[in-house]
Amino acid sequence: MHLNRREFLSVMVAASAAGILPYRGARAADALYDLPSFGNVRILHFTDCHAQLLPVYFREPDTNLGFGPAQGRPPHLVGQAFLDHFGLNAGSAEAHALTYLDFPSLAEKYGKVGGFAHLSTLISRLREAAGANRTLLLDGGDTWQGSATAMWSQGADMVEACNRLGVDVMTGHWEFTYGEEALRANLAQSEAEFVAQNVFLTEEALFDERPAFDEETGHAFQPYTLRDVGGVQVAVIGQAFPYTPVANPRRFVPDWNYGIQEAALQTLVGEIRARHNPSLVLLLSHNGMDVDLKLASRVSGLDAIFGGHTHDGVPAAIKVKNPGGMTLATNAGSNGKFLGVMDFQVKQGRMADARYRLLPVFSSMLPPDPEMQNWIDQARFPHLETLNQPLAVAGQTLYRRGNFNGTFDQVICEALLEHYDAEVALSPGFRWGTSVLPGETLTMEHVLAQTAITYPETYMNEMSGEQIKLILEDVADNLFNLDPYRQQGGDMVRVAGIEYSLDPTAPIGDRLRDLRTRDGKALDPKRRYKVTGWGVVGSVAPGPPVWDIVKNWLLSQKEVNLSTLNQPRLLNVGNNPGIGL
Amino acid sequence: MDRRTFLTAGLGLGTLCVAGSVQAAWPKEAFEAQESNALIDMLASSKPAPSDAITITAPDIAENGAVVPISVSTTLEDVTRISIVVEQNPLPLTSTYDLTADSVPYVSTRVKMLKTSNVVALVEAGGKSYSGVREVKVTIGGCGG
Repeated sequence: MHLNRREFLSVMVAASAAGILPYRGARAADALYDLPSFGNVRILHFTDCHAQLLPVYFREPDTNLGFGPAQGRPPHLVGQAFLDHFGLNAGSAEAHALTYLDFPSLAEKYGKVGGFAHLSTLISRLREAAGANRTLLLDGGDTWQGSATAMWSQGADMVEACNRLGVDVMTGHWEFTYGEEALRANLAQSEAEFVAQNVFLTEEALFDERPAFDEETGHAFQPYTLRDVGGVQVAVIGQAFPYTPVANPRRFVPDWNYGIQEAALQTLVGEIRARHNPSLVLLLSHNGMDVDLKLASRVSGLDAIFGGHTHDGVPAAIKVKNPGGMTLATNAGSNGKFLGVMDFQVKQGRMADARYRLLPVFSSMLPPDPEMQNWIDQARFPHLETLNQPLAVAGQTLYRRGNFNGTFDQVICEALLEHYDAEVALSPGFRWGTSVLPGETLTMEHVLAQTAITYPETYMNEMSGEQIKLILEDVADNLFNLDPYRQQGGDMVRVAGIEYSLDPTAPIGDRLRDLRTRDGKALDPKRRYKVTGWGVVGSVAPGPPVWDIVKNWLLSQKEVNLSTLNQPRLLNVGNNPGIGL
Repeated sequence: MDRRTFLTAGLGLGTLCVAGSVQAAWPKEAFEAQESNALIDMLASSKPAPSDAITITAPDIAENGAVVPISVSTTLEDVTRISIVVEQNPLPLTSTYDLTADSVPYVSTRVKMLKTSNVVALVEAGGKSYSGVREVKVTIGGCGG
């Protein structure tokens, strides 16, 4: 649906009259979404939507710690510190979108966020305002994974959704976890260009003449694309998630090497500028914000980085100095909650100025694009019975995002503990997974929004106390290593049955202290414990998929009211503004 | 038959022809040493001076600890030997390369790494020893965002 401004407003008025906009009328939507006209190139960017086609609730983290140079600067601010830094008023729509503060009640007030039909309306509006030929729509990846329907279609439903949205360029991370064959089948259907400068064929794969974009360079995919945007030449370089075969199973991508590839990127930027002389060189990145900030300080010649992976909704572009000048770094949140809008002023073939806005997508302020909504409804129709199966009522807010256990993680861990009669449960520190408000009925769709991956199998193994500590130390280092290039961008592994203290500022091997089992006894390094978990990277676990175990546990509860939340006691965090509770 | 299988079949023949020609200066003690400082003393002609002229190319986080790609290059003149040491390995010396006068000082190999470790490149150039260092992280993985 392409609405001009007048049509859009009349739709908004109709929606308001029909009671679709119960709290904030068309005027509030205008205040939020009518951007002052600026510049001659508009870049629209969404990332990490995790296949959420319908509007959702998503609680932002109350804990997002940063240390060293990252301490006290975006994205490592939460709650009131976040509002103070960006000058936002508590209780406002933007404050609600960007922080966890007063979460369940403000979520009731402002309603759900995201949804592709609502996102489509917003994108159309912003395209019309700037002129469609002056606009480019970028998708930062983690688009094909995170929902039941995406998993069942191996990402194909999201390819169709993105085609309808008019995505021009994309890169990836979870897209790779469907394996090369499904990935290539999806890309054949995709109208977007898939770019990745940091994915190379292994030497063995090159030798075996596996498909490559460029056999000379070894690039598996085209590293960048050049677009004419209203007469302005724009280069978009892709940066896929550098640690895909470390953070996710290697077996899905046996032929490809990843990595940050900073030197290759610098060389590529130089080549693009020398050969094509574009006015703008942009990086569409799935590095995570801390990695992007470091990279921006070391690589010259990028005008802006459109970043994702770490799910940081940061409402400003960060100016980063480097030897060649300055690069703007952004991160556009997750789950379809936000659309990043960068308006560039290009003069004499160079970027002269830029304005950035991170727009929250409030479903109640944006009428759904009827064509997109119809298509979504049709795509979901065959699955409705499974998706809508009621399992229990949420007695409290259920969420995942945050450095340590969220309540939904605790549900998963408790279900695993009970199913396997285990002593310790471990669950991956993913940053996706939608939220459920108190009083809402939990459905199978909610469970799959927390668990829909291609390696959902569960296990129960015996591990020594020493091995358990080793695992926790290893994951803690992926989160708290002072060098962003040595972080993987997930959160701490979730646990149940075990309590611990954590000093994030200590070196690896010394961060975890005073580990105790649920009965209060110190974890014995020599004793063997029954440990359960899921999302295993190194091999295929033997047990049933985690969603079945969680489903059965929820069915056994009428209402979910957790008595414990296994968050660590934190040491040496002082008044770090990355912790709010 | 794909290219790799074909070449593997032919490889047995080739190995016979080169065997015995490359074992002249095998530093047996250094390869068997379990402590990296000790083996560096054995290999170095002088106390190694830390040098910015040595570049170690390696992943920040290894994708697979069993095969970590490491390359070493240097802008130092008159390079006669490059050695690669993984400090935390049970046997830290992974390889040593004796270079002839016309060689470009660039070597590339793949090493096995037990755990996160400094990788040290020891370079003999103009009768002096130099070293470069880079940490490579080895992780059990999982839990990606």
